[in-house]
Amino acid sequence: MSWWMWIIAALVVIAVVAYAVRWVGQKATGNTPFFRDMPFGVAYGYVAGVLLLYWIVTTYIGAKLSDDPIVLNKYFFFVVVIEGLIVFAAAAWVFRFLGRLVGTVGTRKLFRSMPLTASFGILTILIYAFAAIFAGWLAPYGQEAILQGVAANIVPGGNPAMGGNPDYPLGTDQLGRDMLSRLIYGAQNTVGIAFATTCLAFFIGGTLGFLAATLGGWLDQLLSRAVDVLMAIPSLIFALLLMTIASVWAPQLGIPLTVFMVIIIAVIDSTRVYRLARAVGLNIVVMDYIEAAKLRGEGLSYLIFKEILPNAYAPLLAEFGLRFCFVFLTIASLSFLGVGIQPPLADWGTMVRDLSQFINFAAFAPSVASAPLLAAGAIALLTVAVNFVVDWMLQKSSGLKE
Amino acid sequence: MGAIAKIILQRLGLGLLTLLIVSIVIFTAVNMLPGDFAQLILGQGATPEAIASIREDLGLDRSPIVRYFEWLGGAVRGDLGSSFAQANFASFAGADTGSGLSSVAGQIAPRFANTMFLAGVTACIAVPLAVGLGILAALYRNSIFDRIANIFTLSSISSPEFFLAYILILFLAVLNPILPSLSNIYDGMAFSERLEKTLLPALTLTLVVTAHMMRMTRAAIINLLASPYIEMARLKGLSPMRVIVKHALPNALAPIINVIALNLAFLVTGVVVVEVVFVYPGIGQLFVDSVKIRDIPVVQACCLIFAAVYILLNLTADILSIISNPRLRHPK
Repeated sequence: MSWWMWIIAALVVIAVVAYAVRWVGQKATGNTPFFRDMPFGVAYGYVAGVLLLYWIVTTYIGAKLSDDPIVLNKYFFFVVVIEGLIVFAAAAWVFRFLGRLVGTVGTRKLFRSMPLTASFGILTILIYAFAAIFAGWLAPYGQEAILQGVAANIVPGGNPAMGGNPDYPLGTDQLGRDMLSRLIYGAQNTVGIAFATTCLAFFIGGTLGFLAATLGGWLDQLLSRAVDVLMAIPSLIFALLLMTIASVWAPQLGIPLTVFMVIIIAVIDSTRVYRLARAVGLNIVVMDYIEAAKLRGEGLSYLIFKEILPNAYAPLLAEFGLRFCFVFLTIASLSFLGVGIQPPLADWGTMVRDLSQFINFAAFAPSVASAPLLAAGAIALLTVAVNFVVDWMLQKSSGLKE
Repeated sequence: MGAIAKIILQRLGLGLLTLLIVSIVIFTAVNMLPGDFAQLILGQGATPEAIASIREDLGLDRSPIVRYFEWLGGAVRGDLGSSFAQANFASFAGADTGSGLSSVAGQIAPRFANTMFLAGVTACIAVPLAVGLGILAALYRNSIFDRIANIFTLSSISSPEFFLAYILILFLAVLNPILPSLSNIYDGMAFSERLEKTLLPALTLTLVVTAHMMRMTRAAIINLLASPYIEMARLKGLSPMRVIVKHALPNALAPIINVIALNLAFLVTGVVVVEVVFVYPGIGQLFVDSVKIRDIPVVQACCLIFAAVYILLNLTADILSIISNPRLRHPK
């Protein structure tokens, strides 16, 4: 337990250095306001930040210049993370730059006020959508194809000296299926199923929520109380319970378990959509134009789809992004636990579970250990991207500045 | 004080009612299984006599309503029925007297204690960290620190738990062997050793919940900064730190306490995946294992316990926010 002594020592050293830096700054610059009014916390933050940056840069350069395999292996992931961040940031910057040049006036204006995180998010979502839609063309092999005459567990990286194979740049899994193809098909399956589930959840929750808001009365009471009860059970736990039951029903009815999963998660998540749709709907229903439409004698479906829905568009869209993330993470978690999307289909959650043991090889064969992280990273990247975009949208629509 | 007691009693009653309805939902869901448990335990090739024997043993030949009240009555007394998984099949054949089923409560109790330990360690790390970072982010809002913290928290909220867990394993257990990557905890372990083995799962959960709490703390404080009394404090010449800690924080306490309790409730769900990754012998691991082998009584019991903890924490959040807010404490 000596490592935490080091942390405490480092914190104390930073504190002393920060005090010294501020004092020297005050003396050297003749007490300029910048140093005179600097609180100790800010000085501490600057020193800690500079030290962190220094550590990152020296470690990166050290790892890059070293030929010692132990050092190379140890800092392999560190180097990948740093380079990945730089590449992503550069790609996002170029994407935003291009967005400011081409397109209509509206989109150009949008791109001008966009933070880098949001443009990164939009770019990532576009790439995922592209991979999901064209998976059949992009993937070199089929998702279920156990390649004949190809070894299982080929190491990612495509370097024959390390046990890789250039034909399979990301290697093969424990059954000899191409990892790259499975990752690409995973985009289609995992993202596609999550998207369909979210749409279903919005259809159920949105319709019922608007109905409850327009009609009110006993229907509103009944639905709202039912939703209260369903929301009192933690959603992942409830999903697991229902999946247990569905896994008994599925073979008897001859319906794939995945269909049950979509319905179960959609129903559980529709409760959250219902809450929002009802709250938004209640605010709109009291408006004068609704009154006018009612007096015109418009029907219920006209009221909901032509009057309420267009006005509830913005909050529902932001909620759609967040809900998609939750659904996507729930499905990935269920698959990771072994009760979600079922084996013949390529799916990221299942891939992480199947390959997770390889992480223990990281110290001497980092490319082997990257296999499970690729799938887990694919999940994380998409949810992070969606969250960045939603965060930007919410900030833009609410106008929160201070 | 009478008004507060009345409100708290009302909320408690409401929570109890919710729990009752939830138990009905869970029981109904489980009873939607095709066939019955007896068939499920013995499989397709079972003889009718064996099935009848188990049905009688488990009391499946009675009406669902009677069984529900028996299950509920048992649950209140701490008797959650018998597990299928560790059943002694000899007893079903009639050779043995007694049910031969191991009790669910006996399986769950030690694991529940382990999970509570994990959640406790997580809360001890996460709550001070989140509130501290939230205050710092509010103090230095829109600075580079705030922006980096924003990106970092947003990423850790949206990553799946197992991704964070494997990243931590990679950097803290495999590449730099500081902490053990497997949490094999057993009875009679020294506290420090137990803590060390719990630390990595606790850190994972900390990453998941800290982000949300920190963002809410920051938002709650920043919301108040436009109020006149904060302006007053500033004009008095107080330092920014003092303005926030002495003047803004006490008024922001209600939403912060609320979000802390909600996040502790969220821990209940998050704990399942994390326990599976680290092979931590907690109730989440037991739940997932039981789901896989369809050990219905254990699934049912775990579900009820998770729901009860969840409802209790939500209730606590509700009551604490009433107590800490004078406007809610004295309703007009």
